[in-house]
Amino acid sequence: MSPRKSTPKMRRLSDLENIIAAAKESRQKETKTVIAVSSGTCGQARGSNRLIEAFKKALKQDGLRDRVILKATGCHGFCEAEPNIIIYPQGIFYQKLEPKDVSNVLNQTVLNGEICEDLLYVDPVTGEKPTKEEEIPFYKKQKRLVLGDNPRLDPTSIDDYFSIGGYGSLLKVLSSLSPEDVIKSITQSGLRGRGGAGFPTGKKWAFARAQKGDLKYIICNADEGDPGAYMDRSLLEGNPHRVIEGMIIGAYAIGAREGYVYVRDEYPLAVANVTLAIEQARKKGLLGENILGTGFSFDLHIAKGAGAFVCGEETALIASIEGRVGEPRQRPPFPAVKGLWGKPTVINNVETWGNVPIIIEKGAEWFASIGTNGSKGTKIFSLVGKINNTGLVEVPMGITLREIIFDIGGGIPGGRKFKAVQTGGPSGGCLPEKLIDLPIDYESLTQAGSIMGSGGMIVMDDRTCMVDVARYFLNFLRDESCGKCISCREGTQRLWEIVTDITEGKGTMEHLTLLEELALAVKEASLCGLGQTAPNPVLSTLRYFRNEYEAHIKDKRCPAGVCKALIRYSILAEKCTGCLACLRVCPQGAITGELKKVHVLDESKCIKCGACFEACQFDAILIE
Amino acid sequence: MEVDLSSAQAIIDKHRQQKKALIPILQEIQEVYHYLPEPVLRLVSKKLGLPLIDVVGVATFYRAFSLKPRGNHVVTVCMGTACHVRGGPKVLEEFERQLQVKPGETTPDNQFTLETVNCLGCCAIGPVVVVDGNYHAQTTIRKVGRILKPLRKEKS
Repeated sequence: MSPRKSTPKMRRLSDLENIIAAAKESRQKETKTVIAVSSGTCGQARGSNRLIEAFKKALKQDGLRDRVILKATGCHGFCEAEPNIIIYPQGIFYQKLEPKDVSNVLNQTVLNGEICEDLLYVDPVTGEKPTKEEEIPFYKKQKRLVLGDNPRLDPTSIDDYFSIGGYGSLLKVLSSLSPEDVIKSITQSGLRGRGGAGFPTGKKWAFARAQKGDLKYIICNADEGDPGAYMDRSLLEGNPHRVIEGMIIGAYAIGAREGYVYVRDEYPLAVANVTLAIEQARKKGLLGENILGTGFSFDLHIAKGAGAFVCGEETALIASIEGRVGEPRQRPPFPAVKGLWGKPTVINNVETWGNVPIIIEKGAEWFASIGTNGSKGTKIFSLVGKINNTGLVEVPMGITLREIIFDIGGGIPGGRKFKAVQTGGPSGGCLPEKLIDLPIDYESLTQAGSIMGSGGMIVMDDRTCMVDVARYFLNFLRDESCGKCISCREGTQRLWEIVTDITEGKGTMEHLTLLEELALAVKEASLCGLGQTAPNPVLSTLRYFRNEYEAHIKDKRCPAGVCKALIRYSILAEKCTGCLACLRVCPQGAITGELKKVHVLDESKCIKCGACFEACQFDAILIE
Repeated sequence: MEVDLSSAQAIIDKHRQQKKALIPILQEIQEVYHYLPEPVLRLVSKKLGLPLIDVVGVATFYRAFSLKPRGNHVVTVCMGTACHVRGGPKVLEEFERQLQVKPGETTPDNQFTLETVNCLGCCAIGPVVVVDGNYHAQTTIRKVGRILKPLRKEKS
């Protein structure tokens, strides 16, 4: 990837028009093979950088550099198959590549047009080996409006973004639409905030537009703190210009001159890519004074978060940009009226901004034709936990949980039984198997006791303890509560203590009533979304999995075999082959035995660390 | 302990001593010093014209800041939901056993600091452990020793 020649700063709308047209044409005329290596944070953790180095070396050695373009792209979404590549123009998908596979890819596929069978994805259900990306069940049912461009783009190149028509929506807005037209279009599209609450985006913009004064702000909320959700990271890493384009359009619509991208410090690659993209856009004249000679001025800055979950709440986020402790404040006034430095401010989530250019490009009607009555467009979910095909899935609103978990996700690994899916992060809830045919939109999830949230979807099987999950979220929330409201600060702490007692076998049935009562108090008396939704995980598990709480209390038993105080480890004599594997890993020396003789576990020495269970290949370690 | 304040002074000057830049200033200072030494916090307070209590308030509110020196290697275990259901807590316990410290603590020889993070957003490849910026995917109890071994060697 040689550094592309850069074009000078654009000063007129026609400059942008010409640049986009030229870039599109050069992409169309491209005759070289493109190898797109998925190199988001997860891809890199799985070795994509080593793979890219191997490709570079081989391309040089084989003299193929004038025939192949190697592209380090953002995440392709299919995290289970990392590191993976897509070979264009054919769209061939190879998964789990190692540097040793590089020569086969180049010699067989690139030079001879043959498929490397052993690198293809194998459908665990049918055993079929689809060749192309779109034939893989994981991708088939998706509608990738926002994430779909990731594999086609080098996120560090603005020219690559131009070549897929990028900044075309901005061109359309600046050349033919008034701010009111833009707001009308976003309103008609039915786009709602993708960060959690689902507030209509157009309405928010209209509020801010209607405020007097010439100082207004735009903020992109990239403080993706929900554990289990990472679509915003993926979009910022893989297609930062898309988000920036959405923000410039939003700024034009409400009349903002300045904006911030507030991004988590825990996302170093996203910070790097969006920082670079802002610099590039500024150099090209898409940010700054008098953009493309239209008289419209707007500039963007980065604000890095410092590791506080509550800063995902908009008023806390504003406090954090202002350099203060991230404590939420009373609303109203809403930020659209009184936000950053007391000025009207529109805050939208990364995915919401990413939807803006496509609504402008394809029209509000087209967008509104996707989804359900109240929820339009697509939503990106991160499908993780006990699921075969982990990854980011973008689906039309209204799809059922069953389609996501079984058709796209490929079901539960190891033939285990699906138990629940947790949506909405710490503010959400756990949905049981009986709701598997629930069509997903903002309303249906709320009715079921959960929320859409930012789109985390954590799948749980019969070896996940629901009381432990409730304890986990309460621990998270008591830690992240900013401490401003006593109901949240003390309430989450006390809820956690009670649930912890239950997991340790110290619970009573009265505790369940107390939990419900206290949960209601925390919900009613807290100021911000964190406290108001903090009881959801405990309430939803109580609603759907009360029997598990009762098993912990009455029988002093953890049915899933998770809660340490209530389980014991032993060795099943009939399954033990005497292989010494567990004996070697036991840190306590609690397991004794000889080769090919049944081993024995001394319970008095066992600390229940789980090392033996992990080491045993024969299911001979029993947890009960 | 004597702390060289010149780097901190340069960072404050770079941000033109603006109050609103408090968080970026502390972030950059921590990048250089690896923690926020008390004399530096006093300097920030004086130069920005902010009461020390406000500076310390911000420094203790946000998880990313540390008021204690950290070890040569920082081991961060992800405590996200996906990592949790896939056995993250067991991996953390194994690090605690092998390093003989609790999360937030540093080994007496100053080699390792053990930390937790609420989610790194790499949920598909959990449990995730990051050591000095390098991501380790799908960690298990058995991998813990393998992760620490080369770092321990470095020391001797």
